[in-house]
Amino acid sequence: MSAVVSPIREPLINGSKSYHDITEDICAPTEGAPSPTWVLCLAISFLGVALFGFCVFWTVYFGIGTWNLNRTINWSWDITNFVWWIGIGHAGTLISAILLLFRQKWRTGVNRAAEAMTIFAVICAGQFPLIHMGRIWLAFFIFPYPNTRGPLWVNFNSPLLWDVFAISTYFTISLLFWYTGLVPDLATLRDRSKGLRRKIYGFFSMGWTGSAKHWSRFESLSLILAGLATPLVLSVHTIVSFDFATSVIPGWHTTIFPPYFVAGAIFSGFAMVLTLMLIIRKVYNLQDYITIAHIESMNKVILLTGSIVGTAYLTELFISWYSGYIYEQFAFFNRALGPYWWSYFGMMACNVLSPQIFWFKKYRRNIFITFFMSIFINIGMWFERFVIIATTLARDYIPSSWSYYVPSWVEIGIFIGSLGLFFFLFLIFSRVAPVIAIAEVKSILKSSGDQYSGKNAVAHHHEEEGAH
Amino acid sequence: MKSQNKEILYGLYDDDADLLKAVKEANKEHLEVYDVFTPFPVHGLDPLLGISESRLHIAGFVFGAMGTLTAFLFMSWVFTRDWPIIFGGKPYWSVPAFIPITFELTVLFSGIGMVVSYYIVNGLGFGVDNPTLDDRITDDKFCIAFQTNGYSDAEIENLSNFFSKTGASEVSSKVI
Repeated sequence: MSAVVSPIREPLINGSKSYHDITEDICAPTEGAPSPTWVLCLAISFLGVALFGFCVFWTVYFGIGTWNLNRTINWSWDITNFVWWIGIGHAGTLISAILLLFRQKWRTGVNRAAEAMTIFAVICAGQFPLIHMGRIWLAFFIFPYPNTRGPLWVNFNSPLLWDVFAISTYFTISLLFWYTGLVPDLATLRDRSKGLRRKIYGFFSMGWTGSAKHWSRFESLSLILAGLATPLVLSVHTIVSFDFATSVIPGWHTTIFPPYFVAGAIFSGFAMVLTLMLIIRKVYNLQDYITIAHIESMNKVILLTGSIVGTAYLTELFISWYSGYIYEQFAFFNRALGPYWWSYFGMMACNVLSPQIFWFKKYRRNIFITFFMSIFINIGMWFERFVIIATTLARDYIPSSWSYYVPSWVEIGIFIGSLGLFFFLFLIFSRVAPVIAIAEVKSILKSSGDQYSGKNAVAHHHEEEGAH
Repeated sequence: MKSQNKEILYGLYDDDADLLKAVKEANKEHLEVYDVFTPFPVHGLDPLLGISESRLHIAGFVFGAMGTLTAFLFMSWVFTRDWPIIFGGKPYWSVPAFIPITFELTVLFSGIGMVVSYYIVNGLGFGVDNPTLDDRITDDKFCIAFQTNGYSDAEIENLSNFFSKTGASEVSSKVI
């Protein structure tokens, strides 16, 4: 992988770092006392976790009746949040697996935090289907286990069950992939610490020594797991889209859903990665490792996937008209101009129009614009799911069943609480483990460090890189 | 995988390029390298040390095939033998509907199986305490280690010369 890199290619590590500097810089946030900002953020996010716990308790204790669902709008806010979170959870695996297969070196600066984000987002997503079952203590019924009721099996033909398998597989594989990559870096933390801290990191670093044989196996494992995770990540959101696409509801029953959902998932996931990374690089002083070049690359992915999503919206509109099927035509007319027009236009503005600003290099490289855009996209993608789910169900086949859905305080509390849960987990992670993959960044230093490549390169030594 | 105490003589290098040159030199002098420890995967090292390509992908394939068979045969058994139910007028054995779960379990079995194999063959696991030679190996030092059990003084002298000749910044010995 240490192929010769063009000297005009922009460096990915600035500040003429040595290997030791990399270790010091990336380990620093996990060592020493936490900053007051971190403690404050943790306290705020813990309030979110408490709110989440309270609203979930309320739901379970009093039942789903505390949500504003009705006969036709039988799922709305909960599934919107589920799809939103699971979509966000797609960027981590995309960055670590697909970009690994494409040999994108900028991956190394952001993959660790993105994978952690994936895991936490999937944890948040998983809460919603569980809660909306109502009787959460019977959630294990979704797994096909031998039981005394026949045994009565689950319906393997149902996309909802496919989702159970897809999401639990996705979570497991992401966790294994992330942790396997984390082990060498935890060993770095172990070797820098003393006393109890050393014992704890020693336990979690699994006895890593850095032996050449282990590294060789580590690299094969990463590559094969990436090869497995790539179709997996595409399958997960495809199956999520099947939850809707296999139904006979106008506006849902479309074959464009799988690619459209996958592109939307990558789009929203990258937006969330950017939101987090822009904060992390500033707070933890990691601007030399998460450079403007990284941000620009991610903005290019956002532009591409945002445009795919926009094309999908327009294709849907065209096909609904072209189909000549009045129910389908009404569904889309209702989305754009019905009672929920504001969410449709919010979605269009945030997801289709605003990312077009990234055609301009100046804006792709502007941190403030990127940060605001990443927030816009997160909002826009939430609207997208709300548009698909709530507005479609609010206008059923029978006009007498039509209604207007507004979430109850419990539903809003669960959503805000899930944000708290996400940031709480992420803040804990960023204190106990390196937020950037130390070993991987070191492995690209000689090809992408600014003393070796780019305008300010002083030494171009690509001598004897072995058999490659 | 514990054995009797090993006497190790090792040298630390400051750069991966120096390490590669030193390993080549060791091969030329027919010195038997015990192991090489690095802070990150150094490319070009494997062929020099005679490390063949990992067979983890075979494990991945076998576990994956087990997942495929488990999922597909189980669903087929449930819906054709154990409790056949007609869903939406479709045949009992509706193969296309089995594909998503079959795929997911293939990936799940393959992934878990490979990762578990990886930790077992590497001798790694939660709480495992493998001896390390130097704390800076996970930071910025590149280490070549020789096992010197039963070596004569002359042979050890020869190894020390090798380290100084190839530019090792530090040489030490340790019993692990």
